[in-house]
Amino acid sequence: MQKNTLARDLAFAAIGLVALLCVPLLGSKAATNFIIYVSANGLLAMSLNLLVGYTGLVSFGHAMFFGAAGAYPFVLLMQNLPIGLPTGIILTLVFAAVLALAIGAICVRLTEIYFSFLTLAFQMLIYSLMMNLVEYTGGDNGLSGIPRPPFLGINLADGPTFYAFACTIFVVALVILRIIVMSPFGYTLRLIRDNAQRATFLGVNVMRTKLICFVLAGVFASLGGIIMALFAAGAFPSFSFWTNSGDAIFMIMLGGLHVFLGPVLGAVILQVLNDVVTHYTKHYGLFLGLLILTIVLGFRKGLLDFIYDRREAREQSALSAARKKAQD
Amino acid sequence: MKLEALLACFGQMSCVVTQSTSALIIGMLLFLVASGVTLIFGVLNVVNFAHGTLYMLGAYIAYTVYQPTESYFLAVLAGAIGVGIFGILFERFLISKVYGQDVLMQLLVCYGVVLVMDDLVKIIWGVDFRKMSMPVAFRLPPIRLGGGLVPPFYLFLIIVSMVIGLVLWFVITKTRYGKMIRAAAVNPSMVSALGIRTPVLFASVFGLGAVLAGAAGALAAPVRALTPGMGFSIVIESFIVTVIGGMGSIGGAFAAAILLGFARSFGSVGFPLFVDGLMFLIMGLVLIFKPAGLFGRAPR
Repeated sequence: MQKNTLARDLAFAAIGLVALLCVPLLGSKAATNFIIYVSANGLLAMSLNLLVGYTGLVSFGHAMFFGAAGAYPFVLLMQNLPIGLPTGIILTLVFAAVLALAIGAICVRLTEIYFSFLTLAFQMLIYSLMMNLVEYTGGDNGLSGIPRPPFLGINLADGPTFYAFACTIFVVALVILRIIVMSPFGYTLRLIRDNAQRATFLGVNVMRTKLICFVLAGVFASLGGIIMALFAAGAFPSFSFWTNSGDAIFMIMLGGLHVFLGPVLGAVILQVLNDVVTHYTKHYGLFLGLLILTIVLGFRKGLLDFIYDRREAREQSALSAARKKAQD
Repeated sequence: MKLEALLACFGQMSCVVTQSTSALIIGMLLFLVASGVTLIFGVLNVVNFAHGTLYMLGAYIAYTVYQPTESYFLAVLAGAIGVGIFGILFERFLISKVYGQDVLMQLLVCYGVVLVMDDLVKIIWGVDFRKMSMPVAFRLPPIRLGGGLVPPFYLFLIIVSMVIGLVLWFVITKTRYGKMIRAAAVNPSMVSALGIRTPVLFASVFGLGAVLAGAAGALAAPVRALTPGMGFSIVIESFIVTVIGGMGSIGGAFAAAILLGFARSFGSVGFPLFVDGLMFLIMGLVLIFKPAGLFGRAPR
C-alpha cells in the first residue's frame, strides 16, 4: 500500500470518526442508536464482503460468527468469568478465529454454490446445537444481561461513553479492513476471485489464502457481534439465524460489492428501511422480499457500484472524446 | 445420548419396523423435493433455494382444498397442480432473468421469494400451526407387519411416493421428453440448435420440479404440522441430499434421501439431540472425501 493513500485513508477515517462523535450533540437518542446498529451490522456486512466481493466466495452462513462466535461467547465469558472487557473481547475474537479456522478449512475446498450451502449448513448445525444446549445458551430466550466492568476509566454502562466506544471500534476496524484490502494480500484475493487458476500458476497457495480470508472475515463479524451484544445487553438466537446472513448479503448487494464502503451504505439503507417499514406494517418480510426482487432484477448492482460504473463510463467517454479531438 | 435405547430397538422387531416405516416416509418425501432441486440444478444450472417454499405451498393448498371437500385425492391433486402453475410463473418471471448470472444474484432472487411467500402465507393462513386431519378413508386400525404396528396411511404414503418416483424415472429415461431434458443438461445450446425451444423446456423442467415439491407437501399435510417457515428445513435437507447423492443425479438423490431418512429415524431413538448434526456430518464427510457426491459428476 502506498504511503500517501494510507495517509489519505487515515485522514478520511479521522474526519469520519470526529463527525460520528459529534452526532450526540444533536441530542437525538434515535440517531445514536441508529449508528450503533449500523456499526454492528456494518461490520458484519463489511467482513462478509471480504469473502463475497473481494474473493468471490458467497458465504450464506456468515451470521454464525456474528452470533455464535461473537455475541454468545462474549456474553458467556463476561457473565461467568471475573475478567475485564478488553480480555473478554480478545478471548472472543480468538474463539472466533479458531472456529473460523476449523469451519473454513472444510468450506474453502469448495467453490460457488457448494461453498454457499456448506456455510449455510454449518450455520444451521451450530444454530441447532445452540438451541439444544439450553442450560448454556438459554435456548429460544437467549442470554440476557451483561456485566460491563469499567476499564481504564471507561464505563460502558454509561450510554454516551458506549456510543463513543462503539464508533471508535467501528472506525478502527474499517481502517484495518481497508489496509487489508489495499495490501498485496488484498490484491491476491481479487486475483483468486477473477482467476483462481492463474493465481495457482503464479505460485499463490489458493486454499491457504482463502482460509486466511475466511478467518479474518469471521473475526471481524465476531467484533460486530460483540458491539451488538453490548448494545442489546445480551445475546439472542436471531443473531445467528440464517435470515441474518441473508440480510448481510443483501446489504452488500444494496450498497455495492466493489466499492470499499458499499456494505456500510447497504447497512444504513437496510436499517432505515427496517425502521420505516416496521413502523407502518408488520409484514416486514413481504416488503423486504419485494424490494430485493426489484433491486436484483431491476438495478442488477449496488448503489455505489452503480454510481462508480457511471463515473467510469463518463470518464471513458470523455477520454475518447479528447482523443478524437486531438486527432482532429 | 441413549445409545442403549438404540441397541434395544435393534433387538426388537416391532421397533425396527416402526422406525423403518418412519424412515421410509421421511426419505421418500425428501426424495420428491430433492429430485426437483437436483433436476432443476442439472438442467437449468440454478440452485432453487426457494424449493421449500413450493413444498410449503403444496401443503397449504391441500389443507385449504381438504377443508370443504373432505377429499384427500382432490387436495393432493390441487396441491401438485397449483404449485406446478406457480412454479412455471416463478420461473418465467423471476428465475429466467438470472440464468447464467453469478450465484449471488440467484440466491438473492430466491431469498426474496422465500421472504415474500412466508409472509403471504402468514397473511392468508395465519401464523399458528395448522394441522390437516387424517383422511377418512385411512382411519383404520394399524396393520400388523413383521411384529410391528403400521398405520395404513403410512404404507399408502410410501407406496404413492414410490410410484411417483418410478414415473419420474420412466419419464426421464424412457421418453422423448426425458431425452430432451438429459440432452439439455449436457449441452443446452446444441439442444436449441436442433430446433427444440429451450425456454419452454426449461420452464417445463422447473414446473415438473414444482409439481413434485407440491405433491410432497400435499401428501405430507396430514402427518406434518403446517407453519409459515416449514419450507426451510426441507430445503436444507434437500440440499444435503443433492450434495450426498451428487448434484444433478436423480438416482443419487433417491439413495441419499433414503439414507438420510434412516439416519433421522433411528438417530431420533439413539441420539435425539444430534440428529441434525448427524446429517450435516454425513454431508461434510462426503464433501471432504468425494466432493462430487456419491453418484454425481465432478463440480466445476
